[in-house]
Amino acid sequence: MSTQVFYFVATLSILFSLMVIFAKNPIHSVLYLILTFFTFTVHYVLLNAQFLAVVNFIVYMGAIMVLFLFVLMLLNLNKDTEPSKSPLIKIVGVIAGGCLIVTLIGSLKAASISSPLILKNPGLGLVENLGKELFGPFLLPFELSSLLLLAAMVGAVLLSKRDEVEA
Amino acid sequence: MDTGFIIEKFILVVVIFAISLVIAMYSTYAERKVAAFLQDRLGPDRAGPFGILQPLADGVKMFMKEEIIPTTSNRWLFIVGPGLALLCACIGTAVIPWGTPVLIAGKTVSLQVTDINVGVLYIFGVVSLGVYGVMIGGWASNNKYSLLSAIRAASQNISYEIAMGLSIIALLLMTNTLSLKEIVAQQHGLNWNVWYQPLGFLIFMVCSFAETNRAPFDLPECETELIGGYHTEYSSMKLGFYLFAEYINMFVSSAVMATLYFGGYNYPGMDWIAAHWGPTWAPLFGTAIFFGKIVFFIFFFMWVRWTIPRFRYDQLMNLGWKGLIPLAIANIIITGIVIAIIEKF
Repeated sequence: MSTQVFYFVATLSILFSLMVIFAKNPIHSVLYLILTFFTFTVHYVLLNAQFLAVVNFIVYMGAIMVLFLFVLMLLNLNKDTEPSKSPLIKIVGVIAGGCLIVTLIGSLKAASISSPLILKNPGLGLVENLGKELFGPFLLPFELSSLLLLAAMVGAVLLSKRDEVEA
Repeated sequence: MDTGFIIEKFILVVVIFAISLVIAMYSTYAERKVAAFLQDRLGPDRAGPFGILQPLADGVKMFMKEEIIPTTSNRWLFIVGPGLALLCACIGTAVIPWGTPVLIAGKTVSLQVTDINVGVLYIFGVVSLGVYGVMIGGWASNNKYSLLSAIRAASQNISYEIAMGLSIIALLLMTNTLSLKEIVAQQHGLNWNVWYQPLGFLIFMVCSFAETNRAPFDLPECETELIGGYHTEYSSMKLGFYLFAEYINMFVSSAVMATLYFGGYNYPGMDWIAAHWGPTWAPLFGTAIFFGKIVFFIFFFMWVRWTIPRFRYDQLMNLGWKGLIPLAIANIIITGIVIAIIEKF
């Protein structure tokens, strides 16, 4: 049952992420990206990582993608305003894409079907256990990353403030 | 899985869905009656006694109206928008505990669709998703006013989500759980969270006004500046869906406020009732009390709408970022210090 659900959702993930790239309209791309994140949430639930699932739901789908959509709506991109690409960029793009394909094929050839990973502690993703892990053995990295985020936030505010003073 | 279990949950889901729709329907009627009362008018009184059939008449009107899809709009997203708004409004009810388990025909039935152990965060996620209906509809209309309204809705929603999340954190420090079932069970009798978290409740309530786009924060549909806001181009039942979604959102956020801060189905003297009325009627009475609290909050939403004029956009942002967020952070710090002191001694 769970395996079938996984394969179904995984197919959807791949389909939607391809649609992100192939959609002509940037707004459609963002909407497909939201759907992709939703399938990730389902993957987390299947892995019994409830906290991660719901945080992915709130932060990525509910906040970050809203901001993406917000910015794109303000930019109002469409075919007329799309800058024409020079041949140089096209050639560079083809080369980069070719390198990616070679790497992918190489890694796929090296890969073998792995035996299913059994978690030592299947309840790790629940809020209580995750909190104990984060504030116990991983306290220092956790606090450092929060400091990093705070610094980035203050920096962003400072940058936008300076513009205001000059204008 | 057990077939009986699935049937039981299915019936519960259908009943809750029907109740939310009926309450939303009669909220439209109540809104007009409350507005009339506050402005010293009569309000709708033609359809049936006291105009009680007015929502049915409105519903028939909505369905019968011509359906217009603007040719310049993005057809699919234009249709998806209202559906998404209604869907996001409805799925919030899944984790709310409507009452203690009831004994029906020799079987104990839980009155909560599902008790996930991240219930509070689930509600929060659904709330943050609600803005997509407005944004997609507003953008797909291909109308400048609709787009402006969609952008307003997005920025308002994100700004107030932060203060809302911070106010909940102070509550969670006290309850030590994210499960709504346990949070309600902790508030037995009159031991409600609002006595311990009055400031948190105030912040949460102001934020839920902003998240449901209700006056005084209804800037996305500010008719003096934006015609009809995000639903300017909508007609017929698609417009009805947007209006309905607003009332269902109001119902859900009233239920969440009653659950988190006002004890849900708990009331003083519930032990006496439980001992005397038996295991069937006492829980149902508790559920009735819970609905009483919800109706009061819905009335409160309307009362505020017809009392306080709409905020200006900069006032809205100032209140959110410079008022509520620092206040919520101070609330967390004070709560944390008090809990630390209590645990120490």
